[in-house]
This record gives sequence, C-alpha cells and structure tokens, in this order.
Amino acid sequence: MGGFYAAVVVRGFRRFATYRVATAAGVFTNTVFGLIISYSYIALWDQRPHLGGYTEAQALTYVWVGQGLLAAMAQMGGGFETEMMERINSGAIAVDLYRPADLQGWWLAADLGRAAFQLLGRGVVPIACGALVFDLALPASPLVWLLFAAAVALGTVVSFAIRFLVGLSAFWLLDGAGVVQMTWIVGLFFSGMLLPLNAFPGALGDIAQALPWSAMLQVPADVLLQRRHGADALLALAFEAGWAAVLLAAGRLLQGVATRRVVVHGG
Amino acid sequence: MTQSGEPMIAVEDVEKVFDVRRKAAGRLRRERHRVRAVDGLSFTVPRGEMVGYIGPNGAGKSTTIKMLTGILTPSGGRVLVAGIDPSRDRARLSRRIGVVFGQRTTLWWDLPLRDSYQLVRRMYRIEDARYARNLAACVELLDLGPLLDVPVRQLSLGQRMRGDIAAALLHDPEVLYLDEPTIGLDVVSKAKVRGFLRTVNAERGTTVLLTTHDLTDIETLCSRVMVIDHGRLMYDGGLDGLHAAGDSERTLVVDFARELPPVEVPGARWVRSEGPRQWLAFPAGDSAAPLVAALAARHPLVDLSVREPAIEDVIARMYGAA
Amino acid sequence: MAESAARTRATPAAERTPGAVAESVRAYRLVVGMWMRSTMAYRASFVMTALGNLAATALDFVTIVLMFSHIHALGGFTLPEIALLYGTASTSFGLADLLAGSLDRLGERVRDGTFDTLLLRPAPVLAQVAADRFALRRLGRVTQGVLVLGWSLPRVDVHWTVVNVALLPVTLLAGAAIFCAVFVAGGAFQFWAGDAAQVQNSVTYGGATLLQYPPGIFSRELLRGVTFVVPLAFVNWLPCLRMLGRPDPLGLPGWVDFAGVPVALLCCALAGVVWRAGVRSYRSTGS
Repeated sequence: MGGFYAAVVVRGFRRFATYRVATAAGVFTNTVFGLIISYSYIALWDQRPHLGGYTEAQALTYVWVGQGLLAAMAQMGGGFETEMMERINSGAIAVDLYRPADLQGWWLAADLGRAAFQLLGRGVVPIACGALVFDLALPASPLVWLLFAAAVALGTVVSFAIRFLVGLSAFWLLDGAGVVQMTWIVGLFFSGMLLPLNAFPGALGDIAQALPWSAMLQVPADVLLQRRHGADALLALAFEAGWAAVLLAAGRLLQGVATRRVVVHGG
Repeated sequence: MTQSGEPMIAVEDVEKVFDVRRKAAGRLRRERHRVRAVDGLSFTVPRGEMVGYIGPNGAGKSTTIKMLTGILTPSGGRVLVAGIDPSRDRARLSRRIGVVFGQRTTLWWDLPLRDSYQLVRRMYRIEDARYARNLAACVELLDLGPLLDVPVRQLSLGQRMRGDIAAALLHDPEVLYLDEPTIGLDVVSKAKVRGFLRTVNAERGTTVLLTTHDLTDIETLCSRVMVIDHGRLMYDGGLDGLHAAGDSERTLVVDFARELPPVEVPGARWVRSEGPRQWLAFPAGDSAAPLVAALAARHPLVDLSVREPAIEDVIARMYGAA
Repeated sequence: MAESAARTRATPAAERTPGAVAESVRAYRLVVGMWMRSTMAYRASFVMTALGNLAATALDFVTIVLMFSHIHALGGFTLPEIALLYGTASTSFGLADLLAGSLDRLGERVRDGTFDTLLLRPAPVLAQVAADRFALRRLGRVTQGVLVLGWSLPRVDVHWTVVNVALLPVTLLAGAAIFCAVFVAGGAFQFWAGDAAQVQNSVTYGGATLLQYPPGIFSRELLRGVTFVVPLAFVNWLPCLRMLGRPDPLGLPGWVDFAGVPVALLCCALAGVVWRAGVRSYRSTGS
C-alpha cells in the first residue's frame, strides 16, 4: 500500500513538472511580488529597525522565503481542492470513493507530489533572485536547513489538511469559488505572507501564531532565520505536527459524514 | 443573397496549414513542422442537400467545419457559404448558419433550457412571432416540452443534445453544421435527432452538413457522402457507391436456439461462433432480409441484429480496393 | 494568393462604426445577465461569498493598519495618505476586475475549445469574453476600496479646489480603464501563451499592491517601468501626489498629473490592437 501512495506522489510531481511555461510564469510573478513587498518592508524597517525581532536582512529573507513557499503551500490556488470540488459537483467523486485507496490519503499523496515540485520549480529561483538583489540572512549550517526542510514538509501537510476541509465543503455548497478565494485570503493573512506574525500587535499576534496557518510560513521562516533554534525549533516542529494531526482527523471525520451523504443521495 | 442556382456551400481549392512545434528526439530545441490539415479541398453543396462528411480522427473534418463557419481563416483557396466569405464576414454569416458541436454544449449549465433560448432570441434579434413559431416547432418535434424549465445540468446527454439542436435552429439558419450530433446518445435519442433533422431538411429546405462516426446517421439521412482523409477528399458520392468502392461488409449476429456447426447460407460468409451465437458477414450493399429468411427456414432463431461497418473499416477497405 | 489572404484579413468597415460599441455593450449586458441569473441559482452561496469577499479583501488594508501600529509614517506618508492611495488603487482595480477580470481565464476557454462557440455568435467576441463568468461577488473589492477611500478623504490634507475635486472621480475611472486595458491585453496574450497566464497577475494584482504604497519607497528603475512601460503610475500615483501637494520621485513635468485620461485611452487603443491581433492569430492557428 505504501508503494501505491509513493507512486501517486511521483505522479503528482510529474504532472506539475510538465507545466514548464506556467512554472516560469509563476516564478516571474513571485519575483515581482517579492520586489514590491521587499521595498515596502525596507520602508517599514527603516522606521522600526528591529520590528518583531527581525533585522532588515532577516525581514527581507522572510519576504523571499514567503514567495518561495507560496506555490508549494498552494496559498493562491493551484492545489487539488478546485479539482476535487469539480469532481464533487459533477458526481465523479462517487467513482473516487470506490477506489481501493482512501480518499484523503490519495489526495494527500498527490498534493505532496505537487508541493515537492513547486518547492523546487517555484521556490528556488525567486529566493535566488532575492539574494541577488538584496542582502539576505541565509544560514550556513546544514542542520538549520534540515530543520527548515522538516518544517516546510509539515507545513505542506497542514496546508493540505486545511484545503481538504475546504474541498469537502463542496458537498454542501454548490459554488465553491467563493469559499476557495476566502480561504486564500485568510490563509495569506494568518500565515504571515502579508506581514510577519511577530509584527502583529499584542494579542492578535499571539492568536495568529497559535493558528494552523502559521505553519505555512511563519514557523518555517523562524526556523530558517534561527529565531527558533535548538529545543525551540523542535517545539516548533511539534506544533506543526500537532495541527497536522488535528486537521487531518477533522478531515477524516467530515469525509465520513460526506460519504454517507453520497451513499444516501447517490451523488 | 444566394440565387437558387448557386451552391449553398462552395469550397474551392482550400487549404489550411498549421505550424506545429514538436520536440525532436535527442534535441533540446523544438522543431517546427508544417501540417496540412486540409490540402486542396474542393466541393460544392447545393441548397437543401443533406451531406455526410466522414473520415478518421484527425482527417481534417473539424478544421473544414471551422473554416465553413468563419472560426478559422483558410491558408489558401476560397470558401463561400450563402454567398458570404466566412472568414471575412463571420458576424454576418453567423445569422445565416446554425452550428452544433456534439462534444460541447452552448446551453447554460445552471439555468433552465428556456433561458438559453431567450438569450439566443435576443442575440440574434429574432422577432417574437418567428421565435414563438420556431420554438413551438422544435419543442413538438424534439419532445422538449417537459424539459424547458429544467436546469440544463439536470438533463441527460440525449436531452441536452436535443436542446442544443433546437438552440441552433431558432434563428432559421439556411445552413446547419452538425459535428458528431449523435455521439454518446442512446438509441431512442438518436432516432429522435435523426427524425428531426430529416423533417427540418424536408420542410424548411435547410442545407445540412454533418460529421459522424455512426454510419447509420448517414444511411438514414444523407443521399451523399464525402470522405476526407489527410485533408483530401477521397470520395464524393452516394453511400452505395461508398460501400462498393470500399467493398465493405455488414455483420449479421444470430442467436440460434442451440449450438450449431458453422451455418452455410448463400450470400453470406461465416465469421465465428460463440456458443449458440454466430457472426455472418454479408456485402453492405445487400439487404439482410433474404438472408434472415433463409436462416429462419433452416434453424429456429432466438434473436438477431445487424452490425454496421465502422467508418474506419469502410475507409480502410476503400484504400485496400484502390 | 497572398493578396487575397491580405484582403481576407481586412476588417469590414461595419465592425468599426460607433454601432459596434453599442453592439458590444448590448452583448456584454446580455451575457452578464445570464451569469447573474446563474449565480442566483445558488443564492445562499452567493450572499456568503460576496460578504466573505468583502471581509477578505479588507484584510489587505488591515495589514497596512497593522504596520501603522508600529510607525507614524511609511515612506513619509501618514496612514490617511496611504489610505488615499490604497482606496483609489483598490477602487479602480476592483472596477476593472468586476468588468473584465474574467479575461484572465481566457486560456481555459481556448484550451477546452469553448472559445469557438463564442466566435459563432453574432456578437463582438471581446464583449462576450469580458462578460464570461461575470462574478458579482467581485463588488466586494470595489466596496472595500470605496470605504477606505471614504475614510481617508476627510483625514488627508488636501486643498479641495475645483481641480482636485474633479480630479478624483476622473482618476478612478481612468485608472479602471487602464487596468481594463491590462486585462484585455493580458487576455489576448493567452492566445499565444495560454500557459503563461500567471504573468499578467504580476501586473494586475501586483500593480494594485504596488500602487497602495507611496512611490518614493521603490527603486527608480521600477518607477520608470510602471510609468513608461506599463503606465500604472497614472492610475493613482501621479494625481494623488498632486492632490497631496507632494513632488513625484521621477520629477516629471506637472501636466502629466492630468494625463490619466489620454493615457487610459491610449492603453485601451493599444489593448484593442493586441486583442485583434490575438483573435486573428487564433483564427489562423486554431489555438
């Protein structure tokens, strides 16, 4: 069974690897956004040099890491959820339910394959561009990069688990476009893509840091920037793993309810 | 305006060349290939004729239809439909033609069928009386009455196709292009669609050009068939001539009451047996009736059916003969 | 044969007459009407997503407010001044997105072949494509932009002369027209490179983000690019700088602050040319 899911992961990777022009276009867009946000952060850190405990170089690193992770975390679409919703609306999901594979596991494997490709195809070049234009605070220690990789991997699972819940909503809502769009914007805000969560004032910052979206950018970035190191870094990973488990379980529960609905209504 | 003597569709030496980029083996750069989708095509269709346009996939059928509707501009040659050059005057032509693509609906998925027709009425500026008359005729002949207020997404494929055909005829087009109008439909829907097209052609004198993979469509509707392959016209004439040219065979599938040794009947050739069922091939131009009578006289029959030759087979045999 | 092909490509005069504009508006309204009725088939879903859209796009502005919890000025601009930039940029972009935002999904229609069915109708194709999948929920962005603009107006230090009062609505409309031109040109671009649809996001969504901030914080190369290459600076930067009585960082002559309308017309004309070329290319290549 493990081999089957591994094959689905590879297929997910390959499927996205065929969109070469789209990948290049995405890299271009990420780089443009990286530039715009970088300049606004420079103006901000110019006024408050140690805002949120970041130096200007760290803040800029944060911007480009964010652009690099944007596609992998499917923060502005490109993930499986729209496809899943279309399958639910068209009734094709009934076929998926009769597959020998588990619905959640199958989509998770496919989405991890996609994320792996997006990380390489859409992540590396924007960060390299950012490093060319600005002074970034990238660590030298391989251990830090390893921890960062683990944090990104867990973040991807959290991102999947949230989008799986969004996808399932199509069983109840017939027009999913609005829900998907709202998820993006809430996700962009609470992941720290618009502004680092440590620059959020007071209680809002604490709440945002505790929500699952922080696993999609803030936590991995803090591990990379070594704002969280040693035992604290492990704690950060545990935080992500905890949310991943909770959200995957919620998805499983909702999937059960939705499946019964399909059986009753015949899709 | 077309004079009655002039053909409704005139295609003269038309070609369509596409530049296709393909990755050549072992090379990084993609190579450009010129593909002649339509290559020196000429034919005319007089007003009121119903013509079948057939050929294997990728033969250039859809490209031809797209040039006849003005979607595509020919690379060379001349096209005139109802006296209009389609690529030049697409908008003016659109009022005189109706198009049905079997694979894509033009109906509005979430709205009742009636709403799609209202949009057609407004877009084509159809006068109220004419619209009412045409809609009533379509509703009656295509059995659309109970479907008018049903959202299109709830219609079956056959119902949707009937809905699409009606939508293409509300503005009284002089020419109707149908691209695979019976694809995927059940037997009843196919029969309804065919009957309707025959009526429209007979009563309104609409010129019809239809592509299909179903030879029965052609047999029941068209007096004339054009076969296209590799962008060239391979055959233009009656269906009988096509069968003769291709020397094709139909198959009679017979279920006998019990298992029998291969039967021998004049005018047919035993193909294979499977339990009590046997397959017999006979020339496509012949009638099946005497054959059935001869069989029934010798053995008790449980069931039988006639399988039409597939278009690909017919065309393949045609090449073999030529 | 080349001659006849050239003649074939020439547009008949009838399509260029003012009647063509009226025809376009009529077709646009017809198609929009159908999409709105389609939306209303899922009424509850529509209400929810429209409100959600309003709340969600507002988070963009919340981000800026959060920044101002740490600072008093960004690039020398106070929060109400930034709100003026934000409000004008969001309103203009929101209007364009509402009217023509669907053009960024033209590539899908080309890929799945449904673009052909639009070419078969007796109505201008651009109008049909712009109205395609019309989503009223996009009013959320416009509403949000107008609200922020309304909040900023009494708080900014603008001397409301007749010129400045007139400049504001003209700017909003000219800005919307510039963004519409970007959507049209970007849509046409997808006839050639459907897979590269994302690139236009960097001009549309990226542009709208860029214009929320004072021009002074960006590098001069970037400013030159958005002034002379894709003239986004005319959407709101130049007129707003004039209203606020601030110099523009590129030191352009003062009259350019009023150039929004001619620039918008020029953009629309160019976008129209690109669009025609795109359709012509589609009709000769078939995708």
